[in-house]
Amino acid sequence: MFEQDAIVVANDNFAGQYYRLVMKAARIAPHVQPGQFVHIRIPLLRDALLRRPFSIYQAKDDTLSVLYKTVGKGTHQLARIKPGQSLSVIGPLGHGFSIPTSREILPLLVAGGYGMAALYILAERAPRPGIVFVGGRKKEDILCESEFRALGWDVQPTTEDGSYGIQGLVTHPLREQLQQGAKNVRIYACGPTPMLKAVGDLAAEFSVEAELSMDEHMCCGVGVCLTCVIPVHAENGWEYQRTCTEGPVFDSKAIAWEVMS
Amino acid sequence: MNWSVRIGSMVMPNPVTVASGTFGYGVEYARLLDLNQLGAVVVKGIRLGPVRGNPTPRTVEVASGLINAIGLQGPGVDGFIEKYWPFLKTLKVPVIINIWGCTLDEYVEVARRFDALEGVGALELNVSCPNIKEGGAHFGTDVRLLEKVVSSCRKATRLPLITKLSPNVASIVPYAQAAEAAGSDALSIMNSFPAMAIDIESRRPRLANITGGLTGPCIKPIAIKLVWEAARAVKIPIIGMGGIQCAEDALEFLIAGASAVAVGTANFYEPQTSLRVLEGIREYMQRHGLEDLKSLVGSVKLPRV
Repeated sequence: MFEQDAIVVANDNFAGQYYRLVMKAARIAPHVQPGQFVHIRIPLLRDALLRRPFSIYQAKDDTLSVLYKTVGKGTHQLARIKPGQSLSVIGPLGHGFSIPTSREILPLLVAGGYGMAALYILAERAPRPGIVFVGGRKKEDILCESEFRALGWDVQPTTEDGSYGIQGLVTHPLREQLQQGAKNVRIYACGPTPMLKAVGDLAAEFSVEAELSMDEHMCCGVGVCLTCVIPVHAENGWEYQRTCTEGPVFDSKAIAWEVMS
Repeated sequence: MNWSVRIGSMVMPNPVTVASGTFGYGVEYARLLDLNQLGAVVVKGIRLGPVRGNPTPRTVEVASGLINAIGLQGPGVDGFIEKYWPFLKTLKVPVIINIWGCTLDEYVEVARRFDALEGVGALELNVSCPNIKEGGAHFGTDVRLLEKVVSSCRKATRLPLITKLSPNVASIVPYAQAAEAAGSDALSIMNSFPAMAIDIESRRPRLANITGGLTGPCIKPIAIKLVWEAARAVKIPIIGMGGIQCAEDALEFLIAGASAVAVGTANFYEPQTSLRVLEGIREYMQRHGLEDLKSLVGSVKLPRV
């Protein structure tokens, strides 16, 4: 974990409301593990004080990038940042995905929207390519398809409106894949919580290991404020654990879904 | 240049510490800053047993502030000693343990347990957390209960006691005086301010707990006023806190009457704040030729009436 001023190299709108922010962050970039995040202080936010967390998309040498969608005042201001400006960044943060230990294991990645970003480094470092199931509401929500294909991965897009790929939810092709064979596969997922819950249910049904990157409202990002907690099974039933520290990636079996509101 | 601060038998090497609940148990920030440069480290509130805490959402960002209702999640005395004390006891600066309970007996028991622990700098009595229904806050908004909890803890420990007061009272003066009379060695002013935020689309409260405690720069002027009022009413030192983001904010607290300051919510977004505040105070003292920080404390110049 480091705090540094990162210099913005690029901040481009590449589809719809989606942006890619590339930064020189020599202290942070070399230490990034798959599924980790950075905590960025966005300038010009007037009276909003907190940093915003972003999954790390790519990290190479002294450079790292994140993908984001302009959804709130933080991301709208971030979109106005120009190359050459500096941003205070803390990272890499959190407990990320495990990297498959053997070529025997077929990795199945499941992404909802820009959840794709959190899975790229895992795809890059996995000992063998697998299948990426990526879902979105419409075509423009399907991101980074060519980047994953370039790594040799099979990308299976689904859209809810049928404007691209298979029409339906991302869990439909995932279920078909698991029905074909659920031995020696492992699931890694990032996306909205209902999707993660559905993926966790499928993993349980087919007795497959699944690692889920949980998205919780976050404040300090380093484990002190206890904002971003989720219920996790523990000795005495369950306890709250921090998405920023014990997570964002949790074993799907560990999550106490029955407690989550 | 002297800027050390004495609280009972504890000496803070400088006047800048952190607010309980904004700094975890120190270890979380140890990789981002040198904790030994602080005046003291204050840990998150601890009661006798483990506490699960409130449901989520637990915090909401508001204009120039943050409302939180964490619910004092924590490991309890034994969990704290096992998990966090081995690191904390290696620090060269004092460690202040923030303690709370749901009953008078629990406060006393927690105080006893930490009295028996070698190396604790001081105990800070949290009588003012707004987010715990069954206890805590009512000790801070009833003068007699406050007097009782402080005097009972006073008998239970030889450690310096700091009483953290609630802003949620008509006048802080009787509370400050009651804590002093009951044997408190210092006061922390102030805890968070009761507050609420509503999502206008869903019309639901933005915190699962409905209400929470407001912190951050938006509460600073309230805290300055409370410190000023309390400082004129008691002789014991005050640790001033509430929205400190920079040295100028801290200096305002010192001039109002605080002997030391604590950085709180700013730790969440700028973890280096406490050290920057310290450096800024040093520069101010040099620029104004101040040999001893005490000459600044409570030096506010009031208009003649």
